[in-house]
Amino acid sequence: MDIKSMKNYLYWLYCQFELITCSYLMEPWEKILFYTFNVTMLVMLLYTTYIFVPVHISTAFQFFLHLFGNQQENTVSVVK
Amino acid sequence: MANPSAVCNGHLHHHHQKQNNLLKSGIYKKNGITKGMKKNGVSNGTVYKKKFVEHFEQAPMYVAVLTFLGFGVGTIFGYLRDFMRAWGLEKRNIAAEREQQKDFVPLYQDFENFYTRNLYMRIRDNWNRPICSVPGPQFDLMERVTDDYNWTFRFTGRIIKNVINMGSYNYLGFAETDVNALKTVTIELQKYGTGICSTRQEMGTLDKHVELEKLVATFLGVEDAMVFGMGFATNSMNIPALVGKGCLILSDELNHTSLVLGARLSGATIRIFKHNNIQSLENLLRDAIIYGQPRSRRAWRKIIILVEGIYSMEGSIVRLPEIVSLKKKYKAYLYLDEAHSIGAVGATGRGVVEYFGMSPDDVDVLMGTFTKSFGAAGGYIAGKKDLVDFLRTHSHSAVYATSMCPPVAEQIIRAMKCLMGLDGTTQGQQRVCQLGKNTRYFRRRLHEMGFIIYGNDDSPVVPLLLYMPGKIGAFARRMLEKNIGVVVVGFPATPITESRARFCVSAAHTREMLDTVLNALDELGDFLHLKYSRYSKSSHPELYEETRLELED
Repeated sequence: MDIKSMKNYLYWLYCQFELITCSYLMEPWEKILFYTFNVTMLVMLLYTTYIFVPVHISTAFQFFLHLFGNQQENTVSVVK
Repeated sequence: MANPSAVCNGHLHHHHQKQNNLLKSGIYKKNGITKGMKKNGVSNGTVYKKKFVEHFEQAPMYVAVLTFLGFGVGTIFGYLRDFMRAWGLEKRNIAAEREQQKDFVPLYQDFENFYTRNLYMRIRDNWNRPICSVPGPQFDLMERVTDDYNWTFRFTGRIIKNVINMGSYNYLGFAETDVNALKTVTIELQKYGTGICSTRQEMGTLDKHVELEKLVATFLGVEDAMVFGMGFATNSMNIPALVGKGCLILSDELNHTSLVLGARLSGATIRIFKHNNIQSLENLLRDAIIYGQPRSRRAWRKIIILVEGIYSMEGSIVRLPEIVSLKKKYKAYLYLDEAHSIGAVGATGRGVVEYFGMSPDDVDVLMGTFTKSFGAAGGYIAGKKDLVDFLRTHSHSAVYATSMCPPVAEQIIRAMKCLMGLDGTTQGQQRVCQLGKNTRYFRRRLHEMGFIIYGNDDSPVVPLLLYMPGKIGAFARRMLEKNIGVVVVGFPATPITESRARFCVSAAHTREMLDTVLNALDELGDFLHLKYSRYSKSSHPELYEETRLELED
């Protein structure tokens, strides 16, 4: 039952996507073209995310660590 | 005139209306405040005798963004298809210039043609659907299919029967084929035939026309009236006779094409004021009187205000009391087009003038059509005798156009007599009451469900906002699958982001038909995600309706 309502919900979401992007009005070959383009863009986005985001996050983390580490030393010296 | 309170809950008016108007103009002369006038703590309510409630709710921001996204995708694919057509990869189905004219100025490159080719064609099957029965509360539709994505259609030969009609302007249900009702029309048809074969000024004035004009004048409470064969032509051919060069026309933003055409044909200067916005109208009037004509600074020969009773795309009712007080203050003329409001609003169906409890002498030119509430065709102009006599000789429509044909005139006569109660029954009054009840019920239920509805609570025209172009086609097609015929309207007739479905409630609709339509709308609203309103009253409309029914009746 849960699978069925899940499938219905997914179908409803797909219908909403079709209506909003006007692909409901397109002829079949236009739909194929549109979906191919969209899926390609999405896959490229995900791939880029997968490759670059961890590296960026760790670099940013190191930068902030360095920044806060410096500040801690400074405050110690001022108090002294 | 039949006593209204005998049949349904009457509305009290006509008592202090003249005194009220005088009082208001007296206050104007003293301190010139137009809006938000307060007198002993009573605010603008002294002008309107009952609540004037209009809704123009704006959808959430994401809806506008998604609508533009949809149009953007449609435009991109439009350019793609045009490119393919230009390079011969696809067959050209639409009008294009001839080979020899390739180097001339292009005819079909503007946005309107682009839009028609690429967006309108995809959903074209929802318009121009041929019907094959009388457009009563239900009608029969001819089924048609398309093999090449709406470029051509063919009829399968099947007829879809008893489709509920939510699109016809049949407000009082006079579009009927009942033999008893049409008895007098049949007699006149056999007496006069169908054609007139002449214009009014030659040999086309029949005793039927004289009888009809007297009846229209009595119905509206004016001195005289004149009828024409076509409603659109009444506007577009009579405004040029009333105004000319050196006159000023102040026309509402959302006026009908017939009024716009008539105004342009007249040659007068046209200025537009914001829809139903009294402040905007007053600013224009003040500027016109202070500054006069553009270059010569002379006074305008005439200033005329063009408004409609009910605007058919918005469902809003004109703010007549305020406009009449403005026109009296600045000495302008008022032309009221009651195409959709005659017969449909007012306690006895006499239009917006009666709805606001005003006297027909306040409006200079009363115009209306017989197409909507009377189940016939044609239009009228009514007012003072001098005005109508002038139009009889100077109007293009009166001089050159063929006059109304006798069976149609008889249909209007019988419908009007029924409305006024002159045929001895209370059927007319019952129809008006039924229309009022149906309108209020339909609007209330739609508000409760959470749809965005525009317009006044008392107007039988109900626009339901759809916003996204993809949903226009889906909505109309799915409603037809459920055996309900609706009219959807998109870009050129409405602003580009506000496409809508327009329902016309009729007195001939029974409660069951309305309930069928409302249930279908509920389902479809959930499926297409159309319930954008933030003010829906209740999540259990059935329970809410039970208690409301007890209080109402």
